[in-house]
Amino acid sequence: MSQRSHSRGLRVHAPVFAALGDETRLLLVAKLSEGRPYSISELTRGSSLTRQAITKHLRVLESAGMVRHAHTGRESLFAFNPQPILELKEYLDLVSEQWDQALARLKTFVED
Amino acid sequence: MDDRIEKRIELKAPVSRVWRALTDYREFGEWFRVRLDGPFVPGQVSRGHITYPGYEHLKWEVVVQKMDPERLFSFTWHPYAVDPQTDYSKETPTLVEFRLEKTANGTLLVLTESGFDKIPAERRAEAFRRNDGGWTEQMKNIESHVAKKP
Repeated sequence: MSQRSHSRGLRVHAPVFAALGDETRLLLVAKLSEGRPYSISELTRGSSLTRQAITKHLRVLESAGMVRHAHTGRESLFAFNPQPILELKEYLDLVSEQWDQALARLKTFVED
Repeated sequence: MDDRIEKRIELKAPVSRVWRALTDYREFGEWFRVRLDGPFVPGQVSRGHITYPGYEHLKWEVVVQKMDPERLFSFTWHPYAVDPQTDYSKETPTLVEFRLEKTANGTLLVLTESGFDKIPAERRAEAFRRNDGGWTEQMKNIESHVAKKP
Protein backbone atom coordinates (compact mmCIF):
# COMPACT_ATOMS: atom_id res chain seq x y z
CA MET A 1 0.00 0.00 0.00
CA SER A 2 1.29 3.43 -0.81
CA GLN A 3 1.06 5.63 2.23
CA ARG A 4 1.78 8.76 0.24
CA SER A 5 -1.09 8.58 -2.20
CA HIS A 6 -3.50 7.30 0.41
CA SER A 7 -2.91 10.04 2.88
CA ARG A 8 -3.37 12.68 0.23
CA GLY A 9 -6.77 11.25 -0.46
CA LEU A 10 -9.65 13.14 -1.94
CA ARG A 11 -8.51 16.43 -0.52
CA VAL A 12 -5.99 16.61 -3.32
CA HIS A 13 -7.99 14.84 -5.98
CA ALA A 14 -11.43 16.35 -5.58
CA PRO A 15 -10.44 19.67 -7.21
CA VAL A 16 -9.23 17.74 -10.24
CA PHE A 17 -12.57 15.97 -10.57
CA ALA A 18 -14.39 19.22 -9.94
CA ALA A 19 -12.36 21.09 -12.54
CA LEU A 20 -13.30 18.44 -15.07
CA GLY A 21 -16.98 18.74 -14.21
CA ASP A 22 -17.67 21.34 -16.87
CA GLU A 23 -18.09 20.77 -20.55
CA THR A 24 -16.15 23.84 -21.64
CA ARG A 25 -13.21 22.88 -19.48
CA LEU A 26 -13.32 19.31 -20.76
CA LEU A 27 -13.15 20.58 -24.30
CA LEU A 28 -10.27 22.86 -23.39
CA VAL A 29 -8.42 19.97 -21.78
CA ALA A 30 -9.13 17.79 -24.80
CA LYS A 31 -7.62 20.42 -27.07
CA LEU A 32 -4.63 21.14 -24.87
CA SER A 33 -3.88 17.45 -24.44
CA GLU A 34 -3.15 17.22 -28.16
CA GLY A 35 0.36 18.06 -27.13
CA ARG A 36 1.16 21.66 -27.98
CA PRO A 37 0.50 24.91 -26.11
CA TYR A 38 -2.30 27.16 -27.31
CA SER A 39 -2.91 30.88 -27.02
CA ILE A 40 -6.20 32.22 -25.71
CA SER A 41 -7.05 33.49 -29.19
CA GLU A 42 -6.67 29.99 -30.59
CA LEU A 43 -8.73 28.51 -27.80
CA THR A 44 -11.45 31.12 -28.20
CA ARG A 45 -11.69 30.65 -31.96
CA GLY A 46 -14.62 28.48 -32.94
CA SER A 47 -16.15 28.83 -29.48
CA SER A 48 -19.28 30.77 -28.64
CA LEU A 49 -17.62 31.94 -25.44
CA THR A 50 -15.80 35.19 -24.95
CA ARG A 51 -12.08 35.49 -24.36
CA GLN A 52 -12.83 36.43 -20.75
CA ALA A 53 -14.96 33.33 -20.22
CA ILE A 54 -12.28 31.07 -21.72
CA THR A 55 -9.65 32.73 -19.52
CA LYS A 56 -11.75 32.07 -16.45
CA HIS A 57 -12.05 28.38 -17.30
CA LEU A 58 -8.32 28.17 -17.93
CA ARG A 59 -7.69 29.62 -14.47
CA VAL A 60 -9.80 26.88 -12.89
CA LEU A 61 -7.79 24.25 -14.75
CA GLU A 62 -4.60 25.99 -13.78
CA SER A 63 -5.50 26.04 -10.10
CA ALA A 64 -6.17 22.30 -10.28
CA GLY A 65 -2.69 21.92 -11.78
CA MET A 66 -3.84 20.59 -15.13
CA VAL A 67 -2.83 23.61 -17.14
CA ARG A 68 0.28 25.76 -17.04
CA HIS A 69 0.79 29.02 -18.76
CA ALA A 70 3.81 30.92 -19.99
CA HIS A 71 4.21 34.33 -21.56
CA THR A 72 5.73 34.59 -24.99
CA GLY A 73 5.84 38.16 -26.16
CA ARG A 74 2.40 39.65 -25.66
CA GLU A 75 0.50 36.39 -25.66
CA SER A 76 -0.01 33.84 -22.93
CA LEU A 77 0.38 30.25 -24.01
CA PHE A 78 -1.44 27.51 -22.16
CA ALA A 79 -0.14 23.94 -21.98
CA PHE A 80 -1.54 20.70 -20.56
CA ASN A 81 0.04 19.11 -17.52
CA PRO A 82 -0.96 15.43 -17.21
CA GLN A 83 0.40 14.97 -13.69
CA PRO A 84 -2.83 15.56 -11.68
CA ILE A 85 -4.78 13.12 -13.80
CA LEU A 86 -2.02 10.53 -13.48
CA GLU A 87 -2.10 10.94 -9.71
CA LEU A 88 -5.86 10.63 -9.77
CA LYS A 89 -5.53 7.39 -11.67
CA GLU A 90 -2.97 6.16 -9.16
CA TYR A 91 -5.35 7.01 -6.33
CA LEU A 92 -8.30 5.18 -7.91
CA ASP A 93 -6.01 2.23 -8.59
CA LEU A 94 -5.19 2.02 -4.90
CA VAL A 95 -8.80 2.27 -3.75
CA SER A 96 -9.70 -0.34 -6.35
CA GLU A 97 -6.91 -2.68 -5.25
CA GLN A 98 -7.97 -2.36 -1.61
CA TRP A 99 -11.46 -3.53 -2.56
CA ASP A 100 -10.05 -6.48 -4.50
CA GLN A 101 -8.20 -7.57 -1.41
CA ALA A 102 -11.14 -7.02 0.95
CA LEU A 103 -13.53 -8.93 -1.34
CA ALA A 104 -11.05 -11.80 -1.66
CA ARG A 105 -11.01 -12.03 2.15
CA LEU A 106 -14.83 -11.94 2.20
CA LYS A 107 -14.93 -14.77 -0.35
CA THR A 108 -12.66 -16.93 1.77
CA PHE A 109 -14.68 -16.01 4.83
CA VAL A 110 -18.11 -17.05 3.49
CA GLU A 111 -16.97 -20.04 1.43
CA ASP A 112 -14.91 -21.76 4.12
CA MET B 1 -13.58 9.38 -16.62
CA ASP B 2 -15.51 7.18 -14.30
CA ASP B 3 -16.13 8.47 -10.81
CA ARG B 4 -17.05 5.09 -9.45
CA ILE B 5 -15.45 1.79 -8.73
CA GLU B 6 -17.48 -1.32 -9.39
CA LYS B 7 -16.58 -4.88 -8.51
CA ARG B 8 -18.58 -8.01 -9.15
CA ILE B 9 -17.74 -11.21 -7.37
CA GLU B 10 -19.52 -14.54 -7.32
CA LEU B 11 -19.57 -16.17 -3.90
CA LYS B 12 -20.31 -19.84 -3.40
CA ALA B 13 -22.51 -19.24 -0.40
CA PRO B 14 -26.22 -18.52 0.06
CA VAL B 15 -27.39 -14.91 0.06
CA SER B 16 -28.32 -15.17 3.73
CA ARG B 17 -24.76 -16.20 4.59
CA VAL B 18 -23.25 -13.30 2.64
CA TRP B 19 -25.74 -10.88 4.17
CA ARG B 20 -24.66 -11.93 7.63
CA ALA B 21 -20.97 -11.57 6.74
CA LEU B 22 -21.68 -8.04 5.55
CA THR B 23 -24.00 -6.75 8.22
CA ASP B 24 -23.14 -8.57 11.44
CA TYR B 25 -20.55 -6.18 12.84
CA ARG B 26 -18.38 -8.94 14.26
CA GLU B 27 -18.37 -10.90 11.02
CA PHE B 28 -17.78 -7.78 8.95
CA GLY B 29 -14.89 -6.93 11.22
CA GLU B 30 -13.26 -10.31 10.68
CA TRP B 31 -12.86 -10.14 6.92
CA PHE B 32 -12.64 -6.38 6.60
CA ARG B 33 -10.13 -6.27 9.42
CA VAL B 34 -11.72 -3.76 11.70
CA ARG B 35 -12.80 -4.02 15.35
CA LEU B 36 -16.20 -2.36 15.59
CA ASP B 37 -17.70 -0.93 18.75
CA GLY B 38 -21.24 -2.12 18.05
CA PRO B 39 -23.86 -3.24 15.52
CA PHE B 40 -24.61 -1.41 12.28
CA VAL B 41 -27.73 0.78 12.50
CA PRO B 42 -29.03 2.74 9.50
CA GLY B 43 -28.54 6.47 9.94
CA GLN B 44 -26.00 6.01 12.69
CA VAL B 45 -22.26 6.33 12.87
CA SER B 46 -20.30 3.10 13.15
CA ARG B 47 -16.98 3.44 14.96
CA GLY B 48 -14.06 1.17 15.52
CA HIS B 49 -10.41 0.52 14.86
CA ILE B 50 -8.65 -0.97 11.90
CA THR B 51 -6.98 -4.29 12.68
CA TYR B 52 -5.13 -4.57 9.36
CA PRO B 53 -1.45 -5.17 10.23
CA GLY B 54 0.44 -1.92 10.13
CA TYR B 55 -2.71 0.22 10.22
CA GLU B 56 -3.89 -0.49 13.76
CA HIS B 57 -3.53 3.17 14.71
CA LEU B 58 -6.35 4.10 12.37
CA LYS B 59 -9.95 4.70 13.33
CA TRP B 60 -12.89 3.35 11.41
CA GLU B 61 -15.81 5.71 11.13
CA VAL B 62 -18.62 5.37 8.63
CA VAL B 63 -22.27 6.40 8.51
CA VAL B 64 -24.55 3.47 7.82
CA GLN B 65 -27.06 4.38 5.12
CA LYS B 66 -29.26 1.46 4.07
CA MET B 67 -29.82 -2.07 5.30
CA ASP B 68 -32.36 -3.65 2.98
CA PRO B 69 -32.22 -7.29 4.13
CA GLU B 70 -30.36 -9.64 1.78
CA ARG B 71 -30.39 -7.01 -0.96
CA LEU B 72 -28.51 -3.84 -0.12
CA PHE B 73 -26.10 -2.65 2.54
CA SER B 74 -24.57 0.80 2.18
CA PHE B 75 -22.53 3.32 4.08
CA THR B 76 -20.68 6.56 3.47
CA TRP B 77 -17.07 7.04 4.49
CA HIS B 78 -13.85 8.74 3.64
CA PRO B 79 -11.95 6.24 1.54
CA TYR B 80 -8.55 5.29 2.87
CA ALA B 81 -8.32 8.04 5.40
CA VAL B 82 -5.02 6.72 6.65
CA ASP B 83 -3.24 9.78 7.96
CA PRO B 84 -4.15 10.20 11.66
CA GLN B 85 -3.03 13.85 11.52
CA THR B 86 -5.51 14.73 8.82
CA ASP B 87 -9.09 15.76 9.51
CA TYR B 88 -10.96 13.94 6.79
CA SER B 89 -14.36 15.09 8.03
CA LYS B 90 -14.14 18.18 5.84
CA GLU B 91 -13.87 16.06 2.73
CA THR B 92 -16.82 14.85 0.74
CA PRO B 93 -17.54 11.23 1.65
CA THR B 94 -17.98 8.50 -0.91
CA LEU B 95 -20.87 6.04 -0.93
CA VAL B 96 -20.13 2.33 -0.64
CA GLU B 97 -22.89 -0.08 -1.67
CA PHE B 98 -22.99 -3.85 -1.44
CA ARG B 99 -25.76 -5.38 -3.54
CA LEU B 100 -26.64 -9.04 -3.38
CA GLU B 101 -28.30 -11.23 -5.99
CA LYS B 102 -29.09 -14.92 -5.82
CA THR B 103 -27.43 -17.01 -8.53
CA ALA B 104 -27.47 -20.70 -9.44
CA ASN B 105 -24.30 -21.34 -7.46
CA GLY B 106 -24.66 -18.89 -4.66
CA THR B 107 -24.56 -15.11 -4.55
CA LEU B 108 -23.48 -12.36 -6.86
CA LEU B 109 -22.05 -9.47 -4.89
CA VAL B 110 -21.81 -6.13 -6.65
CA LEU B 111 -19.77 -3.56 -4.80
CA THR B 112 -19.74 0.05 -5.88
CA GLU B 113 -17.96 3.03 -4.45
CA SER B 114 -19.14 6.30 -5.93
CA GLY B 115 -18.98 10.01 -5.39
CA PHE B 116 -15.33 10.62 -6.11
CA ASP B 117 -16.79 13.65 -7.75
CA LYS B 118 -20.31 14.92 -8.15
CA ILE B 119 -20.31 15.08 -11.87
CA PRO B 120 -22.88 13.17 -13.89
CA ALA B 121 -20.90 10.52 -15.74
CA GLU B 122 -23.04 10.82 -18.86
CA ARG B 123 -22.15 14.44 -19.39
CA ARG B 124 -18.45 13.78 -19.08
CA ALA B 125 -18.62 10.77 -21.36
CA GLU B 126 -20.40 12.85 -23.98
CA ALA B 127 -17.75 15.56 -23.86
CA PHE B 128 -14.95 13.05 -24.17
CA ARG B 129 -16.46 11.40 -27.20
CA ARG B 130 -15.89 14.63 -29.10
CA ASN B 131 -12.16 14.53 -28.92
CA ASP B 132 -9.70 12.00 -30.17
CA GLY B 133 -6.52 13.44 -28.75
CA GLY B 134 -4.29 12.04 -26.06
CA TRP B 135 -6.92 12.66 -23.45
CA THR B 136 -9.04 9.82 -24.82
CA GLU B 137 -6.15 7.43 -24.29
CA GLN B 138 -5.74 8.66 -20.76
CA MET B 139 -9.43 8.06 -20.09
CA LYS B 140 -9.18 4.54 -21.45
CA ASN B 141 -6.30 3.87 -19.09
CA ILE B 142 -8.31 5.07 -16.15
CA GLU B 143 -11.38 3.14 -17.21
CA SER B 144 -9.45 -0.08 -17.57
CA HIS B 145 -8.14 0.31 -14.07
CA VAL B 146 -11.47 0.89 -12.44
CA ALA B 147 -13.37 -1.39 -14.79
CA LYS B 148 -15.60 -4.17 -13.67
CA LYS B 149 -13.71 -7.21 -12.54
CA PRO B 150 -15.11 -10.72 -12.41
